[in-house]
Amino acid sequence: MDDDTAAGRKLNRRHALECMVWAGTGVIWTLSGGVPKALSLLDEAQAAEAANSSFTFLQISDSHVGFDKEAPVTAIDTLHEAVGRIKGLSVQPSFMLHTGDITHLSKPDQFDDADQIIGSTGITTHYVPGEHDMVDAGQGKAYMERYGKDSWGQGWYAFDQNGVHFIGLVNVVNLKAGGLGNLGAEQLAWLEKDLADRSAETPIVVFAHIPLWTIYPEWGWGTEDSAQALALLKRFGSVTVLNGHIHQIVQKVEGNMTFHTARSTAFPQPEPGKAKAPGPVIVPTEQLRGMLGLTSVTYTVGQKQLALTDTTLA
Amino acid sequence: MRSLLSMLRRRLPVALLVTATLAVSAPSFAKEVTVTISNFAFSPQKTTIAKGDTVKFVNADDTVHSVVAKDGAFHSDGLDTDGSFSYTFSSAGTFDFYCGLHPFMTGEIVVN
Repeated sequence: MDDDTAAGRKLNRRHALECMVWAGTGVIWTLSGGVPKALSLLDEAQAAEAANSSFTFLQISDSHVGFDKEAPVTAIDTLHEAVGRIKGLSVQPSFMLHTGDITHLSKPDQFDDADQIIGSTGITTHYVPGEHDMVDAGQGKAYMERYGKDSWGQGWYAFDQNGVHFIGLVNVVNLKAGGLGNLGAEQLAWLEKDLADRSAETPIVVFAHIPLWTIYPEWGWGTEDSAQALALLKRFGSVTVLNGHIHQIVQKVEGNMTFHTARSTAFPQPEPGKAKAPGPVIVPTEQLRGMLGLTSVTYTVGQKQLALTDTTLA
Repeated sequence: MRSLLSMLRRRLPVALLVTATLAVSAPSFAKEVTVTISNFAFSPQKTTIAKGDTVKFVNADDTVHSVVAKDGAFHSDGLDTDGSFSYTFSSAGTFDFYCGLHPFMTGEIVVN
């Protein structure tokens, strides 16, 4: 009995948080054994259930509905294509995370189009806003009315799936002159409370629009007070941080934390510092899908390095 | 200013027309000054005007920007390419502003 439990624990540790397949323009993450490091705390029945509770989810980001500068291909076209890829997956994700910039200009028809296209997957989607979703006259009112009903403050929330704790953070509101992304004291206090009674064995997935680690501050690619959030997360054995905003894949592993940014479904942006400004890279149409390509990522608990395989939509 | 206007003439004939219309309807002593948003920067970065003048911010970039007063006095919606936002400064002082989407973009209006 003890041997079985030990073997099961070992297996699940190794295979928990396996991040498998990129699909369309999103990342597919598979988490096997929802509570990999907590199995020793569970009774046998719970352990068996946890071991059978593998699930897959998809990250989609920066759909920028309303953007049309890659003419003749629009952001709506490429979002349709991404959704087509999702529908064609042999294993459907349990849910999706959208890491912001759903729209380009926070306009009602842009939110409507995004809802209609993404909703056609029939897959539950959890959103966090990007700064482009906050530029209506109400400075975020349109987003909050649509997506913020079950959230705290200016749109942050948490939920659990098969023993994994997901935290959606908002770092695009009330940005300060000269500054980076910003979480703010109210959200940090909420996060501290949300994490306070949680076992350090609980796998955590944090998702937010602007990277929660500093990639290139000259272009605002970082979050002013993210160090305070990361300090709260430090005691956890498995933390995965998923962001968007920069329209390209950048990642790093630091201790128990894995940071990863997703590609956009709409347009590429330049590599940090490789252009005068971080605006859209307008490319010949035949090159666009090559720059909106696919990347498969494999993440295994206990292994510090993510395995990445990039493919393209071309 | 000459080069700015010629650029506007090339890129933004409609905006220029609107500017001209506004200029006619505004009191003769008040000016309208344009600040262009290009390559993720405000140009000119610092603008000096007189009390009662209007600053028109015009987005010449391929992506969305906004204009936010540091003291909260004004806040534009998101400005798409060729979109503009105007604000009339009725009191003297120095007014810092920035882009609400890309806050590393900052500028200054000095009102005499």
